[in-house]
Amino acid sequence: MSVTNGLTIAVPRGSLFKETVELLGGLGLDTSELSSNDRKLVFEDIGVITMRPSDVPTYVEAGAADIGITGKDVLLEQVESVRGHAGREVYELLDLGYGRCTMVLASKAGPDPAAEALRRLGVMRVATKYPKIAARHLEGTGRQAEIVEVKGSVELAPLTGMVEAIVDLTATGTTLREHDLVVREEIVECTARLIANPVSHKLKASAIDELLERLRAH
Amino acid sequence: MIHPIPSGTRDVLPDETREVRAITDALRGVFEHHGYGEVYTPALEYESVLARADMAEAKPAYRVFDESGATLVLRSDMTVPIARVVATRYPDAQPPLRFCYLAHCYRGVRPQRGQPRELLQAGIELIGAPAPQGTAEALRVLCAALDAVGLESYRIGLGDASLYPSLMESLGVPPELRPQLLEALAGRDFVSLERKLEQVTSSDRELLLTVPQSRGGPNVLDVSGDAVSQATANMRQVYELLEEDVARRVIFDLGLVRSIGYYTGAVFEVYDPALGAPIGGGGRYDELLGRFGRSLPAVGFALGVDRLHIALMGEERGTGASLS
Repeated sequence: MSVTNGLTIAVPRGSLFKETVELLGGLGLDTSELSSNDRKLVFEDIGVITMRPSDVPTYVEAGAADIGITGKDVLLEQVESVRGHAGREVYELLDLGYGRCTMVLASKAGPDPAAEALRRLGVMRVATKYPKIAARHLEGTGRQAEIVEVKGSVELAPLTGMVEAIVDLTATGTTLREHDLVVREEIVECTARLIANPVSHKLKASAIDELLERLRAH
Repeated sequence: MIHPIPSGTRDVLPDETREVRAITDALRGVFEHHGYGEVYTPALEYESVLARADMAEAKPAYRVFDESGATLVLRSDMTVPIARVVATRYPDAQPPLRFCYLAHCYRGVRPQRGQPRELLQAGIELIGAPAPQGTAEALRVLCAALDAVGLESYRIGLGDASLYPSLMESLGVPPELRPQLLEALAGRDFVSLERKLEQVTSSDRELLLTVPQSRGGPNVLDVSGDAVSQATANMRQVYELLEEDVARRVIFDLGLVRSIGYYTGAVFEVYDPALGAPIGGGGRYDELLGRFGRSLPAVGFALGVDRLHIALMGEERGTGASLS
């Protein structure tokens, strides 16, 4: 039995990948193939499966993985927009601290075009890859907004005049500055989180608690 | 021609129906054998009647108006309709009363496998049998039912709905903080629970954070201290009444929270390694009947027949690990 106690772990590819692999390596997991082979999906020997971060809650909720690591931004975006509905049926066990970034509302530098649109047109148009987080934030602050969902570079949307503001994740603010955008509001700070399937959390309690303890001590 | 049906609903064709029927026949047989009489109630009820119960997240999601303008809802569970039946149709009957049902309920959930919006539930309600004997009987019938359908590796998580509220009470957690902590717990979010506890003194914080994460064998009941002694004593009393083949299925879970608001004491959930979500659950609802005018202690459970079917197939295909 490996250091993961027979648990299947969903590991996110992308920006959280490097630090996640370091973390697992630090626990004594042999991560050499995991870090060298970026096409492989299933690493049976070490109980790891890899996927994009937004798929991690899906696999963990379904029980295809016992635990997983993903960003708080992903978890927040998967909370149903219907009022009173919970998010994914997973346990959020630990703030892993890395991958720190901030969800912000930003618009072009100078007089805030979003404020002007809101005042004169009654509605601001906001581009984002996080439509649910954006809608909740604007609704929660009493503003009317039209959310425009985009899949690629969000910065393009205000530069072309398609929208007055964006809601996006920023770590250093470099990309925003490069496109002459300034942060108007900080919505929520996001870090990597350890999540667990609700049934695994009960049936594999000691394996999960042991791993949790080692991660806390790490 | 393709004619759509509403999201979260589906047609059940003969091959599946045969398998589902085998499950429901077995369940019905066990329920009847234990003295639980089957009832049917209307799928549509007056909203004002069902609203007497605190359904929390599971409250009815579908509404229509009848010809007089009254609001009708599609029932979201069978416990509340049966509470109505007891108060209305059995106002003087000598308790305990035993009912079972196989009925469709309707919830506004995000549809996915094993979580339809129209779900077939099988369950029992034991009215007028207090804890711990009533709870033990319900667990006994639950295990007999799961055994009868052939599920092998299942476990029963057993908790107490009063545990965390009484822990907060005895530690003097500020009243305005209490609903926030319960919300984090119901959302299974221990990170947010830890953050919200930053304003509480450190020894209390430790307890408020570790107790709801305690789950496992009977030793879980030992470690938790005076503040939760009433709830753990309740759980121990139930446990001591269980026969060996039921008791070995039990996992004590001091953090077990059900999404329905009317539970008062023991709560439980059914887990199987072949399925990533609970197959069913239940608990004590000692105050619900009183809201309908006949104050009686009660306990019951409901199983999701679809989920049971999926778990059975999973076990058959070897997805599940066997109980050692």
